[in-house]
Amino acid sequence: MLVSGNKSRPIYRGLEPDTFAKHNIIVTDGDGCAAVIEMAIAAGDAFSKRCTVLLCTKDLSDHERDESVRALGPATVWFFPTLETLLTRLDGMLRTARMGTRLYASGSEPLIGSTVKTALAHGIDHRSVSTEHRGSNKRRVQCVHCKGMTEDVTSTAVRCAHCGHTLLVHDQYSRRLAAYMGVRADAEVLGETPASIGVFQ
Amino acid sequence: MNTIFKPDTFRNDFTFANSPAAIKRFPFPFCEDTYTYSLDMEPHVAGPAGSVYEYPIDIDDHYVSDMADRAHVLKDDPLRCQAFPHMMTAQWDLLELLMTSMARAYPHQFTLHRNGDQWHWINKTLGIDDKFRFGDISTLSYEPMEYIARQCQGDFTLLDQRDNNLWLDGGIATSQADWSLDFSLGMNFMEWHGAEPVAHDTGVSDHALNSLLNVQQNSPVRRLNWTMTLNPRLDNSPENYDIWGRDRATVTPANVGDKVHLRVELQAVWRLPRSNALVISTRTYFLKMRELLTQPNWARRFPRVLKSLPAELVDAKGITRYRDVTLDWLNPYDDGQATPTGCLFK
Repeated sequence: MLVSGNKSRPIYRGLEPDTFAKHNIIVTDGDGCAAVIEMAIAAGDAFSKRCTVLLCTKDLSDHERDESVRALGPATVWFFPTLETLLTRLDGMLRTARMGTRLYASGSEPLIGSTVKTALAHGIDHRSVSTEHRGSNKRRVQCVHCKGMTEDVTSTAVRCAHCGHTLLVHDQYSRRLAAYMGVRADAEVLGETPASIGVFQ
Repeated sequence: MNTIFKPDTFRNDFTFANSPAAIKRFPFPFCEDTYTYSLDMEPHVAGPAGSVYEYPIDIDDHYVSDMADRAHVLKDDPLRCQAFPHMMTAQWDLLELLMTSMARAYPHQFTLHRNGDQWHWINKTLGIDDKFRFGDISTLSYEPMEYIARQCQGDFTLLDQRDNNLWLDGGIATSQADWSLDFSLGMNFMEWHGAEPVAHDTGVSDHALNSLLNVQQNSPVRRLNWTMTLNPRLDNSPENYDIWGRDRATVTPANVGDKVHLRVELQAVWRLPRSNALVISTRTYFLKMRELLTQPNWARRFPRVLKSLPAELVDAKGITRYRDVTLDWLNPYDDGQATPTGCLFK
């Protein structure tokens, strides 16, 4: 069931520039970029010069992408066609990251969650990652039965991309998996599935 | 001391049943006739002879079949037993706690010889005789938690304590009431209990966390938790919900007595000496509704409690589909007489 106020859901406190950081790694997407730009403008060029922005351009037109780069001023900006390609780069960066590196993530929940998950694998405390949720409420859902991940879920019931069963999307969130739990919708009575409501648009 | 082990099953044909003696020692968890949401933590001290509290770790006449069921679950799904690397010291702490407790309480079944770090463990009941070096995982057939939990009834969760919180950083869960170790691994206490509908609002979660943070070495605590289960199925995991969920739509007036079970968890918590982690032992006991009737005061009190259960807890416990049919079946056995105040088991 969707239990509102489930305490396992992450809290996104909003991007906060760490002006003492030697290097800022910022993961973002089309919607999240607005928050990055706001932070960069507020913190000034001295901060932006120490920023590397990993921008997922999946939902951006070329024009929008170029506008974002312009607005980010002196920051270094890299483009990635998908979240997967972005995370491969992030993983490589964190492998050689030095003391004084600060990590940020702004955009959809799957983007933030995947960033935090990657950070955890490098021994970074999740609470030290500055996060801001912008744009879509789409969810990444793990089927509790086959353990497969289904991406970009926007409704309360979804077909598992792996085992094919209809899953009810719960509000329980696992930081380690960067996913919400999906549980077979017709587990109690075969074929009895509740109406799917598009609440995570 | 149990010397005879019942060849029960907790799946397929579900032959599990309680002997009259086992019914008498069942930890009936209700201290009054109406439901109240509370923590009710108390020191885990020795109780009367024969009770589930007699020893720190309770081994009963379902031991062998219980361990067979655990082996079955682990064979199907190894993710039921996981721990982060930093919990290895806590795993050894757990092995020590269980081996010493079991050997002290049931010397005819379990023997532990220690000579420095050279340990010799004999489990006569399961036919295990192993020598190993404490602290050296290469000398055991499994990591320490799995090794000993395959020989001890109850699920175990290892909680690391840091930043004034408790982190679920390891555990073994094969007899759980609808929570997933694999999904919850790495969560803090509040996140892990995130779906509890009442606990957070009433402050019970904060109280529970504060109490647990302050558990001291050699002063374990315990509480009873309850829900209901259809069939005596130990493995009520979310992973297998598509197997056991079906049972919920099969309860009829004709089968309530044998199919509907009160499921009680004896949760005991120890501070572990080397790691400063906590271990929670969650030991499950089943009671069939037919067995409940053999104790007249339980037969009076349980339907009264069930009637007073708030709707959100009926849902959270997953008993919505069969609560009413169970109540209809139980009601004739409640003659309306007053029940004694307080706890109803020895």
